[in-house]
Amino acid sequence: MARTVIPFGPQHPVLPEPIHLDLVVEDERVIEARPSIGFIHRGLEKLVEKKDFVEFTYLAERICGICSFIHGQTYCQGVEGIMKIAVPPRALYLRTIWGELSRLHSHLLWLGLMADAVGFENLFMHSWRVREKVLNIIEATTGGRVIFGSCKVGGVRRDIGPEAAEGMLADLEIIERDIRDITGIFLNDRSVKDRLCGVGVLSRKDAYDLGCVGPTLRASGVAQDMRQLGYAAFKDLPVQPVTRTEGDSFARCAVRCEELFQSIDLIRQALAKIPAGDIAVKVTGNPNGEHVERTEQPRGEVFYQIKANGTKHLQRFRVRTPTFANLPALVKVLQGCELADVPVLVLTIDPCISCTER
Amino acid sequence: MSIEQPFETIPVEALRARAQALRDEGWRLVQIGATRLPDQLELTYSFDRENRLANLRLALPGDEPKVPSISSIFWCAFVYENELHDLFNLHVSDLAVDYRGHFYQTAVKFPFGSTKPPAAKPATPQPAAAKA
Repeated sequence: MARTVIPFGPQHPVLPEPIHLDLVVEDERVIEARPSIGFIHRGLEKLVEKKDFVEFTYLAERICGICSFIHGQTYCQGVEGIMKIAVPPRALYLRTIWGELSRLHSHLLWLGLMADAVGFENLFMHSWRVREKVLNIIEATTGGRVIFGSCKVGGVRRDIGPEAAEGMLADLEIIERDIRDITGIFLNDRSVKDRLCGVGVLSRKDAYDLGCVGPTLRASGVAQDMRQLGYAAFKDLPVQPVTRTEGDSFARCAVRCEELFQSIDLIRQALAKIPAGDIAVKVTGNPNGEHVERTEQPRGEVFYQIKANGTKHLQRFRVRTPTFANLPALVKVLQGCELADVPVLVLTIDPCISCTER
Repeated sequence: MSIEQPFETIPVEALRARAQALRDEGWRLVQIGATRLPDQLELTYSFDRENRLANLRLALPGDEPKVPSISSIFWCAFVYENELHDLFNLHVSDLAVDYRGHFYQTAVKFPFGSTKPPAAKPATPQPAAAKA
């Protein structure tokens, strides 16, 4: 059988993000996949040499339009680590709440995209309808829907008052009920299972060795979640990683479904335990030193390396995003798959290419 | 909460042996990153085991830095090593998957690779003065 190379992306109706794949196929079977990126490389890491380290929080948030808050939070944690800043406990809880709201809307966005990829348009619309309610909470508490702008070095810019907290708890009741409805369909509907079960199986060993992170790793049975490190308020709110053992696309979907309930539970716990007090401390001086920070974004672990030399401009700002870590696994699962499964398998790692390219 | 920040500085000749030892101990690759310093390129290899972090640090001379690939030890290293080549002009030998400079489709070649200050922007043309 003659081999054909099919260029796939960066602009393609089924691709949510501009990644390019050279698919080497024999008949309808993919023999090899070669990804390439860089179409939206913005050089954000380089901009750190020109922007003030305080001002750069806004740029760090703009690395991604979905996990924007956690990017800003991780950056602030890195600078605070160098400057040995003790962030007020209330600010740590607020960061945790907004971080988990980010996870909720990111996973709901992914569920919608997956429903669209398998041709279940109603489920896609319902997933995004529920996501809209999460965005409304974010808008009510931060003023933004995608870029929150509420994290800063030394704490946070906004507080959540008792009335807003009560409103959030009431909204979460409705959101949880809605999520229970839609995840019930994802996990039980035959047409969804037909497209996801047994597709793109990644063994536990492969997922670990290939450096996978997030739901892609946990769906293969590895119980690793950076929230276990205890950053922000997670030292008071222990997280038990959600895992599955099948390692296929359905398992990755199931992990994300269950993490939705976990995030709602964490927000409730955080609202119940949030201490009173200041939400920020004054920051003086410039950072001098180096710090590595790891946090759990919706797509998995993000790695930040920040290096400062005592001036207001940082020397180096290095970001390794979760999608970048999951690219080798994508290459692996695409080998031997059916051509028709490529969109599902690309989606299954929840790719964020603008995040990846920075 | 602050995570441990261990950095082990090693010579470039010891990289593969040290990476192999970490692999044998059950560590996995987290990332490979670079920092362009005035007279050298500083590489950081980060590894993880049960949420603990280990970092190897290499200092390479600034002009035409070269390093052996660890992709035969950690296969997933090929994405980081191709990235370092495309952004920093780092020459990596014996890559498991070599894109030959076509992994990052950037408009500017080696955008992080220059140690010189960027060239000044051309002056913006001024509108001609209106004639009376």
